[in-house]
Amino acid sequence: MKKDIILAGVGGQGILTIATIIGDAATAANLNLKQAEVHGMSQRGGDVQSNLRLSTETIYSDLIKQGAADLIISMEPMEALRYIPYINKDSWIVTSSHTFKNISNYPQEESLMEELTNFPHVAILPIEDVAKENSLPKSANVILLGMAAKYIEILSPEQLRESISRVFASKGEKIVEANLRAFDLGLQAVK
Amino acid sequence: MIERKLLLGDEAIALGAIHAGISGVYAYPGTPSTEITEYIQAHAPEVRSRWCTNEKTAMEAALGMAYAGKRALVCMKHVGMNVAADAFINSAITGVNGGLVVLAADDPSMHSSQNEQDSRFYGKFAMIPILEPSTQQEAYDMMAYAYELSERLKLPILMRVVTRLAHSRAGVVVKEPIKQNALNPETDRTHWVLLPVNARRQYASLVDKQGELLASSEASPYNSCKQQIGSDKSGTTSHENQANIEVTTHKSSSTSPVGVIACGIAHNYVMENITTGMDIPILKISQYPLPETAIKSLATQCESLLIAEDGQPLVEEQVKSLLGTDYPIKGRLTGELPRMGELTPDNVGAALGVNKEQIYATAQNVMPRPPALCQGCGHRDVYDALNKVAAEYEGARIFGDIGCYTLGALPPFRAIDSCVDMGASITMAKGAADAGVYPAIAVIGDSTFTHSGMTGLLDAINDNANITVIISDNLTTAMTGGQDSAGTNKFEAICLGLGLTPEHVRVVVPLPKNMEEITRVIREEIEYKGVSVIIPRRECMQTFQRKLRNKKK
Ligand SMILES: Cc1ncc(C[n+]2csc(CCOP(=O)(O)OP(=O)(O)O)c2C)c(N)n1
Ligand code: SF4
Repeated sequence: MKKDIILAGVGGQGILTIATIIGDAATAANLNLKQAEVHGMSQRGGDVQSNLRLSTETIYSDLIKQGAADLIISMEPMEALRYIPYINKDSWIVTSSHTFKNISNYPQEESLMEELTNFPHVAILPIEDVAKENSLPKSANVILLGMAAKYIEILSPEQLRESISRVFASKGEKIVEANLRAFDLGLQAVK
Repeated sequence: MIERKLLLGDEAIALGAIHAGISGVYAYPGTPSTEITEYIQAHAPEVRSRWCTNEKTAMEAALGMAYAGKRALVCMKHVGMNVAADAFINSAITGVNGGLVVLAADDPSMHSSQNEQDSRFYGKFAMIPILEPSTQQEAYDMMAYAYELSERLKLPILMRVVTRLAHSRAGVVVKEPIKQNALNPETDRTHWVLLPVNARRQYASLVDKQGELLASSEASPYNSCKQQIGSDKSGTTSHENQANIEVTTHKSSSTSPVGVIACGIAHNYVMENITTGMDIPILKISQYPLPETAIKSLATQCESLLIAEDGQPLVEEQVKSLLGTDYPIKGRLTGELPRMGELTPDNVGAALGVNKEQIYATAQNVMPRPPALCQGCGHRDVYDALNKVAAEYEGARIFGDIGCYTLGALPPFRAIDSCVDMGASITMAKGAADAGVYPAIAVIGDSTFTHSGMTGLLDAINDNANITVIISDNLTTAMTGGQDSAGTNKFEAICLGLGLTPEHVRVVVPLPKNMEEITRVIREEIEYKGVSVIIPRRECMQTFQRKLRNKKK
């Protein structure tokens, strides 16, 4: 079994934290994993992405082939669309609906959403709003992970929860609790 | 106990080097190599690891440590090899005492670089062994191997990686660390004093060693042949012949239409495309010079060869001359693979004739999202001021340099006219001023100034060139993630020491509220006929906020 995931977002939105949590869970589950990250120019508001590959078998390429990704997890709707050539008709797109407009030629929101929701399998949620309403301003990314948990399949939501506890352990009990709550909110939102 | 760690390629290299008993890492930051030194700084206090001023000082200090009998690592991005080249090439002539590994991280596709030069050329040029790992595990394992090889051959070793290995994570099984070498300085001066009489002897010995280098490649555990008979991807049904020798083949009587030579990370992209039923012999290469026997043996079993290498077509050209012009070689030079840019599983698949899956076309509502200077960044205020003043002078030219402030080339600033290599702002401004450009203004960051700007400034001062130099000092090396900058707190002293007069070394604080003062200072120094330096100084917002966060903890 394999799962090829593209994580997408804008610099600073915390997609690498999502990658860390999945990576930790995969390591604990003894899965093979490769995760290509984009460093460098990323912290200054540019687009960032990570190719995350999980498998029970040997993984060769660090990059995902076009048409082969099973899942896009994106913190931003236009960033989700950027990787469309990497998915196929069976793939899922899990994305925040909250646009991040730091460019002057950002596409018109309506047509963007229309194009996005026309794909066969899309889960979309205003995660920033959910985060704010639940006083979890820093955990929007973990809400998104919760939404995606159902489609990761190769790892169970329970395995991801355990990984959240480990990854945030050094930051104290409170932060762990907040992130578990965020994860559960996301998980329930797509049920 | 077997321990498996999830590591970036860079981290695997770092841990491999620590476990191989290095006593020092010498490096200047540069994407995608930076995380190697950062990992060593964070995990190995017993290893000397402070950042160096540039790649040349790093290379020379590491050579000094190897001279003293200890193991040293030098890390840099590919263009750093140009800066270190003098010391690097000559280190092959002196040879080494303790093991020395030079790590060059190449950036095909120029994700964050100004070119995509291939460091393997430097290894060939210097006539030393090159290692090119294809996986994070190999990157880790190769470090111990590289130091043993270096001490056995008494030569530095070049290890070359690319962005996709450096910045990709995978599980790595780690071994027990070995102890550092004891101090054992070289006693034979004739190796190290490169007067022509000694240099000729040393060079002859390097030429003599080439046979040994080749033999090492031919027997390398990292160069291996596989007859891919369409495995289940677990690799268990392919026949791997670790110590190279001959390509194993099931159908020894007939030949395969195509064989593949896959170098370093290209091997992964080839394997990704191999599916059941494909009959393709593959020679994986991760140690150079090229194992000629294995290549010739592969060639006799195939009707043609595809050369898959990330970077420039170095192997393709060499294999061509090895097999003769009649033998069909495919690769980047013949168009089966793109002439430039990084390899991907897609373009390698196409070269292997693997049918593409039906894919969606690019989405319509997508725009590029280029990086920009952070909100509140001091470089912003510098460019605001500079643009205002430059607009008053018709012939103004602003020579830029490399760092966050290069983003001043993009809208809304569009402020700089050039950006070539570290330090070139000052020297190009000087040359342009010599030619008559006025005002000729240089904009350079603090770390770039100490890396390669100081010597050019001395030239300008000695020649009394009519230039205005702006050292935009944010107290850090921001572009690469905020490493300590070599000259912090020393810039005024450096400028005065190089011969500037105190009246023409001006410090301002780049904030919108100081715009009037900053523009006035720039104007005054443009009007001054000679070299002046303006230092706008305010901390990078990213490092500032990181410090705040760390304080709160
Ligand atoms: C020869 C060479 N070495 C390293 C780099 C990578 N690099 C680009 S800019 C930069 C540092 C810039 O620091 P600074 O001049 O202080 O400017 P800042 O980014 O802080 O604005 C580095 C290390 C490079 N491009 N070329
Ligand atoms: S990282 Fe620092 S120097 Fe770079 S753009 Fe941001 S604030 Fe400016």
